[in-house]
Amino acid sequence: MQLTQKHQEYWGKNLQITGILLFIWFVVTFVVTFFARDLQFNFFGWPFAFYMAAQGSLIIYVFIIWYYARYMNKLDIEYDVHEGEED
Amino acid sequence: MAAPAQGTGIFAASSQRAFYAQIKKVYAFYTGGFLLFIAALAILEQLGLPKNWIGYLFLFATIGLYAGIGVMSRTSDATEYYVAGRRVPALFNGMATGADWMSAASFIGMAGTLYLLGYNGLAFIIGWTGGYVLVALLLAPYLRKFGQFTIPDFLGARYGGNIPRLIGLLAAILCSFTYVVAQIYGVGIITARLTGVPMELGVFLGLAGILVCSFLGGMRAVTWTQVAQYIILIIAYMIPVVWLSVKQTGIPLPQFVYGKVLERVSAREAELTKDPKELQVRDIFKQRAATAAAQLKDVEKSYADGKAELAAAVAKAEADNAAPDVVDAAKKALAAFPSDAATAKALWAKESQLAKRANPPIHHAEPFPGKDEAARDVSRRNFLALVFCLMIGTAALPHILMRYYTTPSVQQARQSVFWSLFFIFLLYFTAPALAVLVKYNVYTHLVGTAYAAIPQWVASWQKVDPALLSIIDVNRDGIVQLAEIAIGGDIVVLATPEIAGLPYVISGLVAAGGLAAALSTADGLLLTIANALSHDFYYKMLDPSASTTRRVTVSKALLLVVAVFAAIIAAQKPADILFLVSAAFSFAAASFFPALVLGIFWKRANKWGAIFGMLAGLGITFYYMATTQPWLRSVFGVTTPVQDHIWWGIASISAGLWGVPLGFAVIIVVSLLTPAPDRETQDMVEHVRYPNLAGDTINTVGT
Repeated sequence: MQLTQKHQEYWGKNLQITGILLFIWFVVTFVVTFFARDLQFNFFGWPFAFYMAAQGSLIIYVFIIWYYARYMNKLDIEYDVHEGEED
Repeated sequence: MAAPAQGTGIFAASSQRAFYAQIKKVYAFYTGGFLLFIAALAILEQLGLPKNWIGYLFLFATIGLYAGIGVMSRTSDATEYYVAGRRVPALFNGMATGADWMSAASFIGMAGTLYLLGYNGLAFIIGWTGGYVLVALLLAPYLRKFGQFTIPDFLGARYGGNIPRLIGLLAAILCSFTYVVAQIYGVGIITARLTGVPMELGVFLGLAGILVCSFLGGMRAVTWTQVAQYIILIIAYMIPVVWLSVKQTGIPLPQFVYGKVLERVSAREAELTKDPKELQVRDIFKQRAATAAAQLKDVEKSYADGKAELAAAVAKAEADNAAPDVVDAAKKALAAFPSDAATAKALWAKESQLAKRANPPIHHAEPFPGKDEAARDVSRRNFLALVFCLMIGTAALPHILMRYYTTPSVQQARQSVFWSLFFIFLLYFTAPALAVLVKYNVYTHLVGTAYAAIPQWVASWQKVDPALLSIIDVNRDGIVQLAEIAIGGDIVVLATPEIAGLPYVISGLVAAGGLAAALSTADGLLLTIANALSHDFYYKMLDPSASTTRRVTVSKALLLVVAVFAAIIAAQKPADILFLVSAAFSFAAASFFPALVLGIFWKRANKWGAIFGMLAGLGITFYYMATTQPWLRSVFGVTTPVQDHIWWGIASISAGLWGVPLGFAVIIVVSLLTPAPDRETQDMVEHVRYPNLAGDTINTVGT
């Protein structure tokens, strides 16, 4: 099967958004946590590091997944690789 | 839940939409009905219904409900049985995944772990949610496009041949089985608590509830039951927390206001750390532990000396013609002395553990506590390693990945991961709030109370199980000190309704929620194991010409065998059950994650790379655990000092930290040293990368 230029572009864009979102995921999870002891300023009543681990990073994870689904589902239509009307 | 319409087109579109609308209506009614059921029970309780009746009603009503859904969803169609007909809408698949994911450990244990560990416990919160980012970005949509029945299916098709499939199915069984034993154990404990039957019997009662559902309808029944179970467990978790929050802060949204409570907890910690009475109690523990440790150095001698000393005291009291009560006291002390050296050793070993209770309270909000910079570094390293293993493990556990085969399309699979994490998030961002609220209650209301005025819930739970809660007036001042309270994590969730002053019906509801969490996870896991054996082993490897009916029948029979086997092991109350569950994450991470991700994102990955990569990942993870985990060390007879085997200070629970990178490295190196996969395999990789590819003739969808 021969992939068209458009298909290559679609996959490239997919890799790009996946990379960006994984980078955010990595920073939120590992970089922020690594410096947790230095990030103790007050954040709406919580110490910032505690807030990030207990709620902040979770909210960002939910947002990352929501954004990815939205972005990709639009990209599918834009590049005409979406599935038939199933839903 | 009629048979699905296959294929696409106008008819399928309208039927799927109608199906979605109908399911939404059914579960809306169901939720309303369940709330009415709780209200009715609450009224009956006020009218004098005995407590154990409330327990029975909850148990039989919920298990009966799950069984009813199971019977309604019975099927012998392979697509229905293995992947619920691939018509589960994203929202409901999200709920089902939530229930599948959240086990008894999440529901009952999580808040308690956070209570005991403070910030360091948050590794579980981050790890068990952040893993879904990897599921969403790297796996779910591609697995859905691939569209077969199991995870070994993908390994078999992508890497060719039966060896990758076989390794995959063995790894799937290894991680799912240890996990399911823990769930069935949890089911037994909760059933026993709700009804008062012995735990061993509870295991088999709960097993009946699990089987009637998954046995008849496979994935289809499990999916729709899990949705029902999610609704029960989230209601059961939220009601007591919200009420407790209203009582303590006046605001019914604990998640948004507990920052203030945390501040007060931290202030109280500082007070209690230097409170003279607390210091006194901790000092008593320190001395008792030191005495026991000294006695343990030479058990035989300390035993003989101790006994001789007491005997001498009796003889002296008698010789001195002391008052009768003095003689009696001396005799009693002698009688209470252990009968032999072995008993004494066990007793002293237990006493020496009291050293832990001599420590000041932990600082709840402090990340990576430690006595010096080096200890804090090791603590941080282990925190990050645990987060890593839990995340990668989450993204590799077959019973979770399998759920994304059940959505109608790739688009819905993507949305479904969002709903999954959203529903999991609701519980996980509440648990840290609950831990802080309960801690505040204990630190301010319980500590400092006179023993004569101890709250009712403390007294009753102390009777139920001293391992959950025990308070002894160590310094005999008649006042409760924090150091005098020994607490087991599970009490936090179990006792919240009583701490918040709610009626017993809510305690019953919490137990029913815990049961729903354990049953739903057990269902998903059992199905994974049975499918690995029946689909991957029997159908794909032994008898590829087997008819659909025969495959489903074999699967049901195996499900029964595996379930009974798991229940028998659970009834033995295996010792290191928590360790086994955590080990499942490291094993899943090391065996599946590299092979699955490279299989999708790197066309050059080939059969031999995958085989050696999976084996190397599993092997090193297993080796690290076997040489560093106390129980496994005794099983394998490892006698060399643990320090020789610990790498970089990483605890055995995070052994996957070594397995995952090694797995990736081996797959890449071996693949590059051996020929590239054939054209057909490479086309298959293209096939899974695009939801719909013009001119694509490959069809991997299983039937």
